Amino acid sequence: MLDIERLTKKFGDVVAVNAVSFRVPTGQMLGIIGRSGAGKSTLLRLINRLTDPTTGRILCDDWHGRGIDVSTLRGRELRRWRAHCAMVFQQFNLVPRLNVITNVLMGRLSYHSTLRTLLAMFPQRDRALTIRALQRLDMVSHALQRADALSGGQQQRVAIARALVQEPKILLADEPIASLDLLNATIVMEALRRINKEDVITVICNLHLLQTAKDYCDRIIGMKAGAVVFDGLPSQLTDSIAREIYGSGQEGDEELALAFSATSAPPSQAPVTRTGTGQ
Amino acid sequence: MSIGQNTLAAPAGSADALSRFEAQYAIHRRNIAISTTLFWTAFAACLVVSGITAKFDVLTLIHGLPRTTEFIVKMIPPIKLETFVDDIAEWYWGIGKWMNSLLNTLLMAYLATVLGTIIGGGLSFLAARNLAPSYAVFWITRRVLEIARTVPDIVWALLFVLAFGIGPMPGVLAITMHTLGAQGKLFAEVNENISPLPSDGVRSAGGNWLQEIRFGVLPQVLPNFMSYTFWRIELNVRSATIVGFVGAGGIGHDLFTSIQLLYFADAGAILLIVISTIMAIDMLSEKYRHRLIGKDTLGR
Repeated sequence: MLDIERLTKKFGDVVAVNAVSFRVPTGQMLGIIGRSGAGKSTLLRLINRLTDPTTGRILCDDWHGRGIDVSTLRGRELRRWRAHCAMVFQQFNLVPRLNVITNVLMGRLSYHSTLRTLLAMFPQRDRALTIRALQRLDMVSHALQRADALSGGQQQRVAIARALVQEPKILLADEPIASLDLLNATIVMEALRRINKEDVITVICNLHLLQTAKDYCDRIIGMKAGAVVFDGLPSQLTDSIAREIYGSGQEGDEELALAFSATSAPPSQAPVTRTGTGQ
Repeated sequence: MSIGQNTLAAPAGSADALSRFEAQYAIHRRNIAISTTLFWTAFAACLVVSGITAKFDVLTLIHGLPRTTEFIVKMIPPIKLETFVDDIAEWYWGIGKWMNSLLNTLLMAYLATVLGTIIGGGLSFLAARNLAPSYAVFWITRRVLEIARTVPDIVWALLFVLAFGIGPMPGVLAITMHTLGAQGKLFAEVNENISPLPSDGVRSAGGNWLQEIRFGVLPQVLPNFMSYTFWRIELNVRSATIVGFVGAGGIGHDLFTSIQLLYFADAGAILLIVISTIMAIDMLSEKYRHRLIGKDTLGR
C-alpha cells in the first residue's frame, strides 16, 4: 500500500502539485493522465524523492515491511527507497557511453559499498540478475553494446531492466512511450503490464494518451493544474470527464484530440514480437 | 493601353513600400554608424592610454629593433660548410648535459600534469554548479581554483624554492598548483555542460553522489578531460622550462646560467632544443587530440 497524503510541491509561486491524496494498493497498475504541465512528472519525481515535497506525506511499507514516511528519509535510507520504487523515464536516462550491462547494473548501486561500485566490481549474483532481466525484455543479445547504439525502444527496455534489478516493489514510469513509435510503445507497455502481473509490482504510469491508459491500467487518475480531478476505473472515464481533464479552449482541444487519437493499439490485437529487435 | 496602365500601377504601390523601407533603412544605417564610431573611438582611446602607460615608443622600437637581430646572431656561432659537422659538434658541446636537463624538465612537466589533473579533476566536480553538493562548497572550490591559477607559476616556484630548497621538487609543485587551478576550472565548465538525464537515472536507482559522478557524469566528460590534458602537457613543458630560471633545475636552469654568463651560443643551442621539443610534443598531442575528438563525434 502506497499512501499519498496532501502532497504539495511549489516552485517559487507556481504550484506544480496541489494537495494530491490517493492510495495505491500493492500490485495495482495505475495510470495518471492529464495535459502537459498538469504536474504528472513532478508527482512521480516526488514519490521517488528526486524532488523534495513542499508539504504533505508519502506513507509506504519499506523493504522490511515497516510503515515509513518517505518524505522524511535522508542519506542511505533515501537511496534505498529510490531503489525500492524504481523509475523509468521518457528519455530513458541511460548513460550513453556505457554498455547495456553496465547501465542495467546501475540498478544495484544502492546495495553495495561505494568503493566497490566505483571500481565497477559487481558480484556474480548481480550479473545473473542483470542477464535475467535482459532476457525478460529480450535484450540479452545487445548486452555488450553501447547504450547510444540502440534504438529508442531498445533503450527503454534496457531502462526497464535497470528498474527490475533494483528489485523494487513499486515502478514509476514517467511517459515511458512518449518518445517511441507504435510498435515499440506496445512492446514497452506490454512489458510493464507483464512485470506488474507476474512480479506483483505496483506500477504507476504517466501517460499522455487516453486510450493507452484505458487499455493497460486497472485504475486511472486524472490531473489538472496540479490537482486530482478524476480517480476511478477506466470504464468510468467518460468523454465528458476526459474533456474536463484536458481543459477547454483551443490549446485544450488540441491536447484532447491528441489524447483521444488511438495511436496505441488495443493489447488484444497487439502484434507483440518478442524475438524482434524493434528496429 | 490597359496593360501599360496595369504594369505602371503595380510599381506605384510598391514604390510607396520602397520609400517607407528606405526611410527605415536610413535610420538603421545611422544607428549602425553611431555605434561603430563609438566603438572605434573607445578602442583607439584604450590603445593610446595603454601605449602611454607601457611607455611604448615607436622611435625606441625602430632604434632597438636591429639589436634584437644582433642578439640572435650572437646565439648562432659561425658555421662553415667545409667544417659543418665539426662546427655543429662544437656548438652543441654540452649536448649530453643538456639532454639530461631536458629529460628532467620533461619529467617535471609530466609529473606536474598528472598530479594537477588528478587533484583539479577531483575538485572540478565540486566546482560545477550542477554537481556541487551545496552552494558553499561550489563557491569555496571556485575561489581555491582561482587562487591556484592566477598566481603565476614562477611565483609559486619562488615560494616553494624558499620552502623546500633548490631542485626539481619545487618546480613540480609550482606547475602542479597552476595545473590544478586551470584544469579544475576547465573541467568544471565541461561538467556544467553535461546532460542531466544519465545522472538522474543513476540517482533514481539509488546511487549516491560519488556513484552519480562515476557512472552518470564521468563517461560523458572523459573525452574532453583527455583532450584538455594533452594540451596541458604542452603548456607544462614550457612552464617547466621557465621555472628552471628561479632554481627548479632542468633545461631552464641551463638556459638561464648561459644567458647570465653571456655564453650566447650555448643559449642559442639550448633554445633550439627547447623549441624543437615543444614543437614535437605539439604535433604529437595535436594528432592524438584530434583523433580523440573525431572519434567522439563519430560515435554520436
